[in-house]
Amino acid sequence: MSIIIYIAVMAGVTYLIRMIPFAAFRKQIKSRFIKSILYYLPYAVLAAMTVPAIFYSTGNLKSAVVGTVVAVVVAFFEKPLLIVALAAAASGLITDLII
Amino acid sequence: MQKDFKKGFSDGIPIGLGYFSVSFGFGILAMSSKISAFFAWLISATNLTSAGQVAGAEIIAASGTLAEMILTQLVINLRYSLMGFSLTQKLDSSFTTPKRLLLAFGITDEIYAVAISQKGKITASYMAGLIVIPFIGWTSGTVAGALANQLLPEIIANNMGILLYGMFIAIFIPAAKKSKAVLVAVIISAAVSVVLKYFFPFISSGFSVIISAVIAAVICAALFPVKEEEEEL
Repeated sequence: MSIIIYIAVMAGVTYLIRMIPFAAFRKQIKSRFIKSILYYLPYAVLAAMTVPAIFYSTGNLKSAVVGTVVAVVVAFFEKPLLIVALAAAASGLITDLII
Repeated sequence: MQKDFKKGFSDGIPIGLGYFSVSFGFGILAMSSKISAFFAWLISATNLTSAGQVAGAEIIAASGTLAEMILTQLVINLRYSLMGFSLTQKLDSSFTTPKRLLLAFGITDEIYAVAISQKGKITASYMAGLIVIPFIGWTSGTVAGALANQLLPEIIANNMGILLYGMFIAIFIPAAKKSKAVLVAVIISAAVSVVLKYFFPFISSGFSVIISAVIAAVICAALFPVKEEEEEL
C-alpha cells in the first residue's frame, strides 16, 4: 500500500478528532464512567507506548535502561519535557561511550 | 487583533523549541522505519502530534492495515477531543466556524495547556499566533532529524531514539506521582503491554497499545471514578 494513503488516513483521523468537538460540541459529557475512562486513557496510552518499546529505542539494552531510569527520575522531579527527553538521550549516550 | 497574534506568537516560542528537539527524534525514528525525509516531513506537517506519529510510523513500517491505523490514531489522539471540547468554553466570539475548522488543527497537549491557562477568553488571532512557531519547530525538527540520521555517528543517532519516549515519561510520571489512580493506570497499561509483546507477538504494536490502554482505563474508571475537579486533562 502506498505510504501516501497511510499518511492521508492518519492525518484525516487526527484532524477529525480535533475538529469535531472543537467546532461542534456544546454540551458536557454527563456519564461519570465515560469521563473517567477519558481521564485515564492518555496516561495509559503513553505508558503502553513507552513500555517495553523504550528498551529497544537505542539499539542497545544497557543504554536504554540507563536512559529510562534517568528519564523517570528527572520526570519525578517535574522537570520540563525537553529536559527529561535530553537527559534520557545524554545518559544513554554516555553509557554507550563508557561501556 | 495584531497584538493578540503577537502575544500568541511569543507564547509559542518555547513550545516550538521543545518541539524541534522532540520531532528530531521522530525524524530519526522515521528514517530507521524506512520512511524518507520527505514523507517524515509530510507526516509531521499534516499530523502535528508526537505519540500518534510514532505509532503511525510503526504501522507504516510494519505494513499494517488501515483499520489498525484508524483505531490507533483514534485511541492515541482521543485526548485532543477532550482538549478541543474544554477549549470551546474559553473561546471568544472571534472564533467563527471557518476559524474553528482551521485552528482545530493546532490543538496539541502543549498548545492546549498554554491556551487554557490564559486569563479570560482567547481570540482566534491569539490561537493562530500560538500555533505558528510550534508548527515550524515540529516540521523543521523532523527534517533535521531525518537528515541527521544519515550524518550523525551511529552511536549518537541511536541514542536520540529515546527522546520521544523520554517526553512521554515526562508527561505520565508527574501525573502518576500526584494521583495514585493514574499510577495504577500506568502500571496496568505497561504490564499488559509487556505481556502482549512477549506472549502474544502476533498482535501488532498498534493494537497492543489500544488493548493495553483501554483495559487500564476501564479498570481505573471502575475503581477510581474521577471527581468533578479532576476532569480537566
